[in-house]
Amino acid sequence: MAEVDEGNRPMFAGLSDVSISEDIPVEGEITVPVGSPSQDDECSTLDEPVKDTVLRDLKAVGKKFVHVLYPKKSSSLLRDWDLWGPLLLCVTLALMLQGGSEKGKDDLGPQFAEVFVIIWFGSVVITLNSKLLGGTISFFQSLCVLGYCILPLTVAMVVCRLVLLGGSSKVSFIVRLIVVTVSFSWSTFASTAFLADSQPPNRRALVVYPVFLFYFVIGWMILTFSPSP
Amino acid sequence: MSVPEANKNTNTEAWGGFDDNLIQGTGSAVIDMENMDDTSGSSFEDMGEMHQRMREEEVADEAAATEEDTGEDGEFLGMKGIKGQLGRQVADEVWQAGKRQASKAFNLYANIDILRPYFDVEPIQVRNRLIESMIPVRMINFPQKIAGELYGPMMLVFTLVAILLHGMKTSGTVIREGTLMGTAIGTCFGYWMGVSSFIYFLAYLCNAQITMLQMLSLLGYGLFGHCVVLFVTYNVHFHSLFYILWLVIGGLSTLRMVSALISRTVGQTPRLILCGTLAALHMLFLLYLHFAYHKIVEGILDTLEGPNVPPIQRVARDLPEVATSLINGTVKSLGISLLSQ
Repeated sequence: MAEVDEGNRPMFAGLSDVSISEDIPVEGEITVPVGSPSQDDECSTLDEPVKDTVLRDLKAVGKKFVHVLYPKKSSSLLRDWDLWGPLLLCVTLALMLQGGSEKGKDDLGPQFAEVFVIIWFGSVVITLNSKLLGGTISFFQSLCVLGYCILPLTVAMVVCRLVLLGGSSKVSFIVRLIVVTVSFSWSTFASTAFLADSQPPNRRALVVYPVFLFYFVIGWMILTFSPSP
Repeated sequence: MSVPEANKNTNTEAWGGFDDNLIQGTGSAVIDMENMDDTSGSSFEDMGEMHQRMREEEVADEAAATEEDTGEDGEFLGMKGIKGQLGRQVADEVWQAGKRQASKAFNLYANIDILRPYFDVEPIQVRNRLIESMIPVRMINFPQKIAGELYGPMMLVFTLVAILLHGMKTSGTVIREGTLMGTAIGTCFGYWMGVSSFIYFLAYLCNAQITMLQMLSLLGYGLFGHCVVLFVTYNVHFHSLFYILWLVIGGLSTLRMVSALISRTVGQTPRLILCGTLAALHMLFLLYLHFAYHKIVEGILDTLEGPNVPPIQRVARDLPEVATSLINGTVKSLGISLLSQ
């Protein structure tokens, strides 16, 4: 033993001079929590009254509605994405499209679940498609944009409902057709303005087509809706 | 015995450094227990006891290896089981390992990047492939090139769903068990996936050189003809027009698929089986789509449907007839003007 230590002594002689030696693997995890200001905000928003939270969220949703109605190339819709707006629009549209169109027990009109599933399943498919085509947008950002761009179609639904109150005739059909066509092209244009920037330039058409199809299907559901007598 | 203590006093490292035990050569690689920071869960007396025990062992046995083992055991023995630091460390490590496994599995299976190469297309390529799907190729002695791409087929299936929906609405189809949308999606996707798998299975039996991806792609592009025919005939309701379109357009797209398959199969009987099946399924599907969701020809259904109401019940709807009657009228007048010339 003593001989070994005698031999080791020169090796370890300068050990106290260095703090870390290569022979000793230093491992472990150092996680420094990044104290972001939002964290502080969240801590403090727990204590605020519910009315403030709801109003703040509603204001954010309203601001995004304005962005959709006047689609300029702004990134705020993408930056602070949220899914409240799409949920509100989806539920409103589904509720208005309910209530069938037939005498009798069989429900012909799209049910709430059907519309809901179409909108969300369609959005998911379009998002996956745009990601697979090389898009730089994230999953939830894309869902957010697609959901918010349903706003013109919801407005068209309200208008159609009002027009149908006056009875269904040729004139009302033509009016509804025009309204739905305008709003559907508005929706497609608005979502393209947000989504197309995240795609490589030569593939924009490949991304726009499913969006066009998606809003076309929703527009078609709105157009062919006739309320029960 | 006093030597290690003296050495400890000169130790300035916060982490209880390399004790001078090693340097001074007390002949052991024992980690000095009293310098360890994690003392939770183990009482001071235990540590002292362990230390004492170790020193006795160190004196008794001078083999470095044995003392190293004892040292390691001593480290473990010094903790009080699960409740102590050991338990916490083990739990932590189990958690980390589990998290690593889960994220590895997630990255493996939920990774859509697996599908990314199949969506790597340009719009001009899609357009060319759509046009080519209607043009049969004569070369059947050498394997024809089939593009393995999924974007075009998927978009075509969704387009077919949209067209079907339109057809179902205008024909006033009522689906009792289920929904219109569900039926349309189920029909189209079921056809695409189901028939592709079936033909792939037959191709495997008949020893044809085709992969599943190529089969999906081939059949998907073959649906382009279906989309065109249905789009036209759901709006213009002439039976003779439908039959002509069914033969011409449906036939062309079927011929394209069939010739691609023939070029990859050897032998008369396998070729016959494979291509006969595909042609039959493809043409019959178009026929089914047209007639199942077709606008009622009045009188026929009245005679067919007696008191029994079939599950797919056709009820006349209060639908705007403007568009359809407009188009019908236009085509009729065009036909009349053409005949009169």
